[in-house]
Parts: sequence; C-alpha cells; structure tokens
Amino acid sequence: MSQRTGTPPAVGNRKPSRLGRLGRAQNIPYLLLGIALLLFPILDSNRSQIDVAAFAGVWVLLALGLNIVVGYAGLLDLGYAAFFAIGSYAFAILASGQFNIHISFWILLFASAFIAAMFGVLLGAPTLRLRGDYLAIVTLGFGEIVPRVFRNLTPITGGVNGIVGVDQPKLPAVFGWSGNFGFNPIPYYYLILGVIVLCLFLINNLRNSRLGRAWMAIREDEVAAAATGINTVTTKLLAFALGASFSGFAGTYYASKLFIVSPESFSFQAVSVVVLVMVVLGGMGSMRGVIVGALLIYFIQSYVLIQLPGWIVSATTALNIDFLTKLDIGSYVQRSNFLIFGIILAGIMLLRPQGLLPSAQRKVELEGGTSDEAVADLGSA
Amino acid sequence: MRFFADQLILGLTDGAIFALVALGYTMVYGIIELINFAHGDIFTVGGFIGLTLIGILGLQHAPPALLIPGVIVVFLVAMSLNGLLGVAIERVAYRPLRNAPRLAPLITAVGISFILEGILFLLKGPNQISYPNLLPGGNLNLGFASIGIGNIFIILIALGLMIALNQFIQRTRIGRAMRATAQDRDAARLMGININRTIAITFFIGSGLAAAGGIIYGFAYQTIDFSLGFRNGLIAFTAAVFGGIGNVVGAAIGGFIIGIIIDFVGGYFQGGQQWSDVVVFSILIMVLVFRPTGLLGMRVPEK
Repeated sequence: MSQRTGTPPAVGNRKPSRLGRLGRAQNIPYLLLGIALLLFPILDSNRSQIDVAAFAGVWVLLALGLNIVVGYAGLLDLGYAAFFAIGSYAFAILASGQFNIHISFWILLFASAFIAAMFGVLLGAPTLRLRGDYLAIVTLGFGEIVPRVFRNLTPITGGVNGIVGVDQPKLPAVFGWSGNFGFNPIPYYYLILGVIVLCLFLINNLRNSRLGRAWMAIREDEVAAAATGINTVTTKLLAFALGASFSGFAGTYYASKLFIVSPESFSFQAVSVVVLVMVVLGGMGSMRGVIVGALLIYFIQSYVLIQLPGWIVSATTALNIDFLTKLDIGSYVQRSNFLIFGIILAGIMLLRPQGLLPSAQRKVELEGGTSDEAVADLGSA
Repeated sequence: MRFFADQLILGLTDGAIFALVALGYTMVYGIIELINFAHGDIFTVGGFIGLTLIGILGLQHAPPALLIPGVIVVFLVAMSLNGLLGVAIERVAYRPLRNAPRLAPLITAVGISFILEGILFLLKGPNQISYPNLLPGGNLNLGFASIGIGNIFIILIALGLMIALNQFIQRTRIGRAMRATAQDRDAARLMGININRTIAITFFIGSGLAAAGGIIYGFAYQTIDFSLGFRNGLIAFTAAVFGGIGNVVGAAIGGFIIGIIIDFVGGYFQGGQQWSDVVVFSILIMVLVFRPTGLLGMRVPEK
C-alpha cells in the first residue's frame, strides 16, 4: 500500500510545463540545431549553398504536408503534386505580367494555400468515402489531370512555356536592406525557415489535439473509429485540406523563388513520388523523420546524383582503370534516380515499415508497449 | 463515315491493348485486393522482351513462311518470361505483406513500378526505340471504309486471348480455384486449395497477357520506350474500373470502350489529343465516385 502512494508524484512528472520541457537536456541538440540554422547564411558566404538550402525548404514543407495525409490519417495521396501546381499557378497568375495583376506575395501566400485547400476539399468530399486504395488511384488521376489542364489552357496559363516573370516578395526596408527579395537567396532562406517553424508548431499542436487523435484512430482502424463517434469523412477531409494547403504554401514560395512556373515541373515522377519517398523513408507519422527524409532525398537528388559521375570519372582516371572509364558509369548514375526511389519505397515497406526515424508513439504502438492509461490507472488506485 | 470507321478501328486497336493490360489489373485485384501499380511497367517489360526475341530470331528479315511460326514463338516465350517476372514480383514484394496494413503493399507496388522503370531506363535509355511491325500490311476495302489488315490481326489476337482466358477461368480446375480464392480465401484454403500457388498463377497469367499487350503495342505504334507503362497502365486501370474491377469480362469490355473514347475525343475535337487523357482520367474519378462497382462489378465490402 505504501508503495502505491509513492506513485502519484511520478505521474505528476509526466506532464511538465511547456517551458520546463524546453530546457530539458534531451532538447539541447534541437536548440543547437536551431541556432545553427539561424546563423547558417551569416557564417556561410557561399550563396549557391544558401540557395540550395532555400529550395530544400520547399521539399521539407511538402513532406510535412503529405505526412499529415499519409502519416497521420493513413490516406495514400498519389497526386500531391496537383495541389503544389495549383498553389504555384494561383500565385503566378495573380502576381505576374501574365494579366498584369500584381497582388502582394504576402496576401497570396495565404490565398493560394486556401485555394489549394479548397481544391483538396473539392476532390476529397466525394472521394474520401471510398476505400483507401481507390483514393490512391483517384488522387493519381487528379495529379495527372491538373498539369495537363495547365498545359492545355494556354491563354490563361501560358501553355507549355508556363508563366515567366513571376513577382518576388517585398518587405519594408530595414537596416539598410531594401526589402526586395529579388534573386537574393538569404531572405528566401529565412522566409522558408519561418514558414517551416510555423508549420511545425501547427502540426505539433494538431497532432496532440482531438483532431490529431481522430486521424490516428482512423489510420489504425476506420470502422472502430467511426464506431466511437468520429465523423470519419470530415476528419479525413480536414487532413486532406490541410495537407493541400501546405502544398499551396510551398507552391507560392516555389513559383516566386524560381521566377517561373511550367507544367513539366509538377509531374508524378518529379513531385508526387519524390515527396512520398521522403515521407516513407523518414517514417510515416514522424515529424523528425519526415524532415530528415526530405533533406536526405533532396541531397541525393540535387547533389549526389549530379556530382557522382564527375567523382567516378576523376577516380577512374586517377587510378588509371581504363575499362571503367569506357563503361561510362556516369551516365548510368545520373539515370538511376527512378531505381533508387523504387528501391527505397519497396525496401522500406518490406524491411522497416516504420521508416528511419519513427515517432516514439508509433514505435510504442508497433512494439506493443504499455500505454499511458495503465500508468494512470495505477496512480488513481 | 470513312472517318468514323477509321476512328472506330483505331479505338478498337488501342482498346485491345488496354483490355489485355486491364485483365491483369482486374485479376490481381479480384484475388488479393491489391492495385498492382507495377502492372503498367510489367506491360512495358513484356514489350521489350518481345523486341529482344524478335532481334534474336532475326524475324525482321525472315521469309514469310517462317514469319508466322516465328511470331507465335515470340508471343509464347515473351508471355512465359513475363509471367515468371510477375510471379517473382509477387513472391518477393507482395506475399510478405499480404497481412500487413493496406497501405504497405500499395506503396511497395509503387516502388516496384519505379524499380522496373528504373531498370528499363538504365538499360534502354530515355529515347524511343523503333519496333518492327511483323503483322501483314495492306488494307481491306469494304467500300464505306478501308480497314488495316494489321489492325484486324491485333483485334483478333486480343479477342482470342480473352476468350481463352475466360474458358480457362470458367472451365478448368485451376480457374475454379482462382474464383474460389477470390470469393473467400479462408474457405478456399479449407477446401484444400493451395492459395499461394493460385495467387502465383494469377500473377503469371496477368503478366503474360500484359506481355502480349506490350508486343501488340509495339506492332501498332512501331515504337517503345521505358516510360510507356505509367500512362498506359493508368488508362488500362481506368478500363478495369470502368468494367467493374475484379470482373474479367468487364475489363475486356472496359478496355475497348476506353480505347474508342480516347480515339474519338482525339479525332473529333480540335486539339482533342491533348485532352483525351484528361477525359479518361476524369472518367476514372467519376466512375469511382458515382459507381465504384463499374459496369459489371459486384459490391466489394469494406474489410
């Protein structure tokens, strides 16, 4: 009996205040990482690297958005590129010389996220009651339709050439900086960092909310979730719309950073699958994992696969291995991204379905450990 | 009238190809409820196997007397090899996940699709490769229309394979085992049916038919490339859904209807070819939303 009275303080320790949690030793790496990310453009004078980082942020944002849909709600969206395209085009049409409309970037950042979310609702409302694998096909079809429509509606979208000369964001001049983003990657870097941090807070709070728990309940067992009173269609729709809005955010930023939009950049192979690979590799449902997955894949795609042929050539010529030079391995390496994506998707699903960095909760679920409720019951007894 | 007939023949030719691919989707879905994403790329691989065999046998320059047995050998060997590929994929990638959450085999299937496409990309490069048409040329003049004899052959080959498949499923012991497994896997197992073998045979037949589709595609378009499977696979899947997924006759009918729709949209509307894919994928979404059971399908309960 006396042993049991000893347990309540332990239960009390389970939920320290938010500020208290921030100071914990286990969070120090995250704080250091945050400082490093903030100082990175100041310490690194190489603009092209900052530029790479500013683009990598787009993929982090996309992966975080798809993670809500695939990771939390368990809905396989194979047409995620469609919402990215819709966000990009919404911004490009309303902020360029195309129709000589120049609405502010800051308004459109949210407006095009809203438009993308609306399309998510429009597609999701009739289709989310379908079985999960049908949904995958519907989204795949939608993902194929949208870029084709943009390519064919030449008078509005500029057709195959897309829209060139998209507006850049502007801020009031401060500290001797004009406030024009132009082609300077540094303000873009801070902008995407800010948007990502904002989204991380949003997702973190949502995940622990009633809605977040409803998503995971649906993911684990939709029939049981419906039986406990969750409106499964509305809940899934919210996940879908929220995921789409992230994509819309990313699209606006991407269009403005790239200066152009064109229909070819939103294909299944170029976006939808790449983002899915990021989410699956990092760990579906794990924010940490998804961010790492996004950065890893982006790094492989935009650096390793491009640099590797050069490295191989210099290595083979340095070592004087003539027959290897003749084989032209470089061209094979550059063509291997499809193969790499395929191996990651199938390999992860077969060997480590929780991903590289699974969320703690998911890990416990998969390992069948004790739940919080059991501890609480013990405490109240 | 002439234009109408031309488009109709074109549509039936395309439809024959889509139908052969759609059969594989519908059979696999019927038996293990998996959308085999890789099936479109299995179709492409089949086309390439056929091309390689034609090269090995030197059929482009073969005398007419040897051409007919040569083409039959190409079809049979390519279909068997592709069938074995399908069986291998099922064994390695899908069977371990048969009892996993639904999302897992679906994502794996997307992965397999990319692996196949990636291998073809590495081996064959990004460009279109020319494909010999070994079917007889010339036209059959009917007065109101003239029909390519090659097109007639394509439609007849496809119809022959479909009828053979239907007879196989309806008449043979293995066909009955397949139907039983699709209906209730556990009950079928209790009746002494070897489930793993039955599913493997389903993959073998589906992939074999896809190879026939791939070779026919090569004959009809006289070109092939690594990325063919994605678009054609999605269209064929639309055909399977349209006909009622899980239903073999439905998939065949759906294939022909979708083929006709594509060529009529492409032929009759200004700039229609750019929009025909949009029309087909819209049909896919509409059918799934309003009539997920398709033309001939039965209601599949949520599990």
